[in-house]
Amino acid sequence: MSALAQAAADGMVVTKRNLIKIKRIPDLLIFSSIQPIMFVLLFAYVFGSAINVPGVDYKEFLMAGIFTQTVAFGSALTAVGLADDLQKGIIDRFRSLPMARSAVLVGRTTSDLLNNVLVVVIMSVCGLLVGWRIREGLLSAVAAYALLLLFAYAMSWVSATIGLTVRSVEVAQSAGFIWLFPVTFLSNAFVPSERLPTVLRVIAEWNPISAVVASLRDLFGNVAPNVPVGDAFPQQQPVLMSVIWSLLLLAIFVPLSVRRYRAAATR
Amino acid sequence: MANTILAEGLVKRYGAEIRALDGLDLEVAEGTVLGLLGPNGAGKTTAVRVLTTLLPPDEGRATVAGLDVVRDAAALRRIIGLSGQYAAVDENLTGFENLDMVGRLYHLGRRPSRSRARDLLDQFALAEAADRPVKTYSGGMRRRLDLAASLVAEPQVLFLDEPTTGLDPRGRLGMWEVIASLVRGGTTLLLTTQYLEEADRLADSIAVIDHGRVIARGTADELKTQVGGDRLELSVGHTGELAKAADTLRAVGSGEPVVDEGSRRLTVPISDGSGVLVGALRRLDAEGIEVLDVGIRRPTLDDVFLALTGRAAEELDEEPAPAGRGRRGR
Repeated sequence: MSALAQAAADGMVVTKRNLIKIKRIPDLLIFSSIQPIMFVLLFAYVFGSAINVPGVDYKEFLMAGIFTQTVAFGSALTAVGLADDLQKGIIDRFRSLPMARSAVLVGRTTSDLLNNVLVVVIMSVCGLLVGWRIREGLLSAVAAYALLLLFAYAMSWVSATIGLTVRSVEVAQSAGFIWLFPVTFLSNAFVPSERLPTVLRVIAEWNPISAVVASLRDLFGNVAPNVPVGDAFPQQQPVLMSVIWSLLLLAIFVPLSVRRYRAAATR
Repeated sequence: MANTILAEGLVKRYGAEIRALDGLDLEVAEGTVLGLLGPNGAGKTTAVRVLTTLLPPDEGRATVAGLDVVRDAAALRRIIGLSGQYAAVDENLTGFENLDMVGRLYHLGRRPSRSRARDLLDQFALAEAADRPVKTYSGGMRRRLDLAASLVAEPQVLFLDEPTTGLDPRGRLGMWEVIASLVRGGTTLLLTTQYLEEADRLADSIAVIDHGRVIARGTADELKTQVGGDRLELSVGHTGELAKAADTLRAVGSGEPVVDEGSRRLTVPISDGSGVLVGALRRLDAEGIEVLDVGIRRPTLDDVFLALTGRAAEELDEEPAPAGRGRRGR
């Protein structure tokens, strides 16, 4: 078997192991589904009654933001899962086996991606129930979901690097989440970024989250017609920008986290 | 006989201050068991990590079965088994799933991996619990499973890092039996332990390590001979009588008495067995000291450790050790 096929096979063995955990502890799945449902309902009915985005139902405007925010927050799972394995000595066992050095990370990010797929399905159903609609046809919608999951996968690798760096579950639980608050809120996820003060507006325009959110609004057909689209490149080309951002994150954090993994036991 | 494990001058530093390994030399002949004996923090786990490719040494070199632990790490991982200090098994998986996963990661193939898993579960008396999640296992069962996981690929060389730490006495005895039967099968084994009795029972030869280097080596008997003759050991009824009893023993013994306040126990090396015992009891009786328990025993490895380091094996941990500082600071 070629080295690559072997690495893929090892990655699948670890993925399967992670999925068994979800099967054995169904509470994990229940709680990771409650969060997106809660977000949809809270934002739709609490913010929805206070925030007014001209020309579009706020719930419709909001869904792209909630989708993106939820998968971004979901990426923190990767950090927690890896820190847990490190703490329990399971990574030591893996590192003493003649398996691919990438397998533990590939396995973890893959099982977290599958978890994300489920979360996205639940959110979509929930969104449809509160009045969100897909208005641009099937192909566009498929592209939107694919883009969202690509971004989620890239974020998972960022989180993997964090988890292997902090090394303890308790720290990973906060370190994996905390940076996501400014990153998701300093974007166009919940309010049009045009209303932000200049510095924040520029940050929001170039924020990868904004690119993904704008892409989803385009592809699902949830654009607010009366909100002007900014002149900045990411707003003109959000889909292209989302792909670039995702690939860039992968290009940086895949090698970085593999390096972290190799060094993980060196203390 | 060829050395299966050979380590020369291994050094591993953590930061500028700590030398976890400070010039460690080890030799383990093929098919024998080396007991690496030392207190917490002596460098036992670090030594195992270097020898199992988890950690590159800063200086020195080591080979296992002729393979260099740094240069040939990937090839080496195929022929070694490691069972760590805490049971590194996945508690959400069943015993069978754990072993099958390890088998697949050794690339045994689907069927051989499964049948190997079942065989090992039988061998380690885990067959009944095989399809239950590991979180329902007792501590002893987890350790046995962890050991089984290290044997999946029938390794030539096995490393067991404190295999019985944290087990209750029954679990420990069970583990000893399992390890003893493995050893009869001819596996080369490096075993770390802080239990002197364990090294005595399982190892062909013992290396005592402290502050990252070997401070004594030999068979259990050789080490005991190094420490000298028999011990008179007794316990007194009241803590207040310890000092007086120690004075008495100093007079009859051939060395300084060791006092353990917690158990109100005193130990003193003696040269002439029964004569000293009678003499000591007479003196203690004359002093009016209540003696609860008294006996003569051969030196244990605890005495060896005490004689070599000036500390009992259990009392150390983070405590500063005057005897060791000089060695460490180079």
